[in-house]
Amino acid sequence: MDSTQSFRFFNRGPSSVARLVFFAVFSLLLLFVDARYRYLESTRSALSILVSPIQRIASWPGLLWQQAGDLYLTQSRQHSLIAENDSLQQKVQLNAAQLLQLQALQAENQQLRKLLEQPLRHDFTAKLVEITHAERDVFMRRVRVNKGENADIKVGQVVMDDVGIVGQITRVYPWLSEVTLITEKNHAVPVQVLRNGLRAIVFGSGNTSELSLSYTPVSADVQKDDILVTSGIDGLYPPGIPVAKVISVVRDPVYPFASITCLPLGGVDNHRHLLVLSDMPEQVERPLKEPTKSKAASRGMTRSKQ
Amino acid sequence: MMLARDINSRSVIERPVSNFFIFTSVFIALLINGLPWGGIWLLLRPDFVAVVLLYWCMHKPWRFGIGLSWTVGILADVSDASLFGQHALAYTVLAYGGVVLNHRLQMFDLRQQAIHVFGILSLTYIIYGSVHWMMSGHITWLYFLGCLTSTLLWIPLSIAFLAMRQKRVENE
Repeated sequence: MDSTQSFRFFNRGPSSVARLVFFAVFSLLLLFVDARYRYLESTRSALSILVSPIQRIASWPGLLWQQAGDLYLTQSRQHSLIAENDSLQQKVQLNAAQLLQLQALQAENQQLRKLLEQPLRHDFTAKLVEITHAERDVFMRRVRVNKGENADIKVGQVVMDDVGIVGQITRVYPWLSEVTLITEKNHAVPVQVLRNGLRAIVFGSGNTSELSLSYTPVSADVQKDDILVTSGIDGLYPPGIPVAKVISVVRDPVYPFASITCLPLGGVDNHRHLLVLSDMPEQVERPLKEPTKSKAASRGMTRSKQ
Repeated sequence: MMLARDINSRSVIERPVSNFFIFTSVFIALLINGLPWGGIWLLLRPDFVAVVLLYWCMHKPWRFGIGLSWTVGILADVSDASLFGQHALAYTVLAYGGVVLNHRLQMFDLRQQAIHVFGILSLTYIIYGSVHWMMSGHITWLYFLGCLTSTLLWIPLSIAFLAMRQKRVENE
């Protein structure tokens, strides 16, 4: 261990054991502070300016690969592209008709809500972002997108694609932000079964394509192929956006809760472009006393557990 | 292994390594770690930064030691969005292992080196994994595959670095 001892007459500073202890303790301290108090977010975003050129260069091969793929697509499959274009146009026309109906319904709904003196449902705006890096940590389900503080993205905003919820913004850097996917272990989303309005909470399992509906009693009316949509109760997720589809329900009377597995509807792992929802309505203030469990669930974040 | 022995015996004479070479290699390792790895490739990806840091800590412990490894660890924490100090702690221990084994490893051939390197790297992986386990309470066991691939990377990396260092001398 102390082969270094013989060189002591050259002044080399503290011994390697001292250095090890110093840096290890310092790291442990940082770990503790970061995990418990999250004081270091500003340091992190300052350091991210140093690291972001590396990340930017590292994303070039992926971008080149995509561009090459696009080029191949446009060169070799013009016919299928024309066909796709046609079908998309048809879809747009169909959607436009439905949208007109929707606008009429919205107006009607607002008027009814006014009559009933219910708070109005707010509109939210969406920002288009592009995924720049996929998750690189084996343990976490995260992606980074190409807009951050510069585009006024904030922690807690909801990320979705054209089909359903994908995740939530958990960290914002000057030019980037980090999205924790709903499949991240213990990430919670409050949902409702579309068929009968049953409320539940869907948790990520850490697997790419699996969610589980936890704490649902054995007797609950959940069936295979049920669609789960956000309930909007937490004030984080707007109500009515599709989240997952139930693929299996196992009811074992030994356990108080049914084991229900779901498949996320949004393309959690296969899109390049995502929407970040902003301007969410302010939540009505919570009563002061509330059970801790519903608090953890309503935050809808893994961080609260850590 | 004959080749490895051959190169090793010739490397008895210390050749100068420029700081530029050391830092470029670390930079490139950070870059390769930052490539968009996914799925099974992410699990199989060797930790390039760890292997390069270990190489320099073992071969040039006075130039690249525990402090610099810790700094690189902090940068890795920022770029991987892991907890502050998670990589840093693992790389500190890694660097210490490299510095301690510095003199012994010079006498071994590559295969014997690889066995020691495997030990140090698995310790590094265990530290990183256990920090994660303490924070979140679950762990992906396949994560430790990276430890094996990193060890496998050690052999070509040592040969390549040695060859590059020799060339440098000849050019001068």
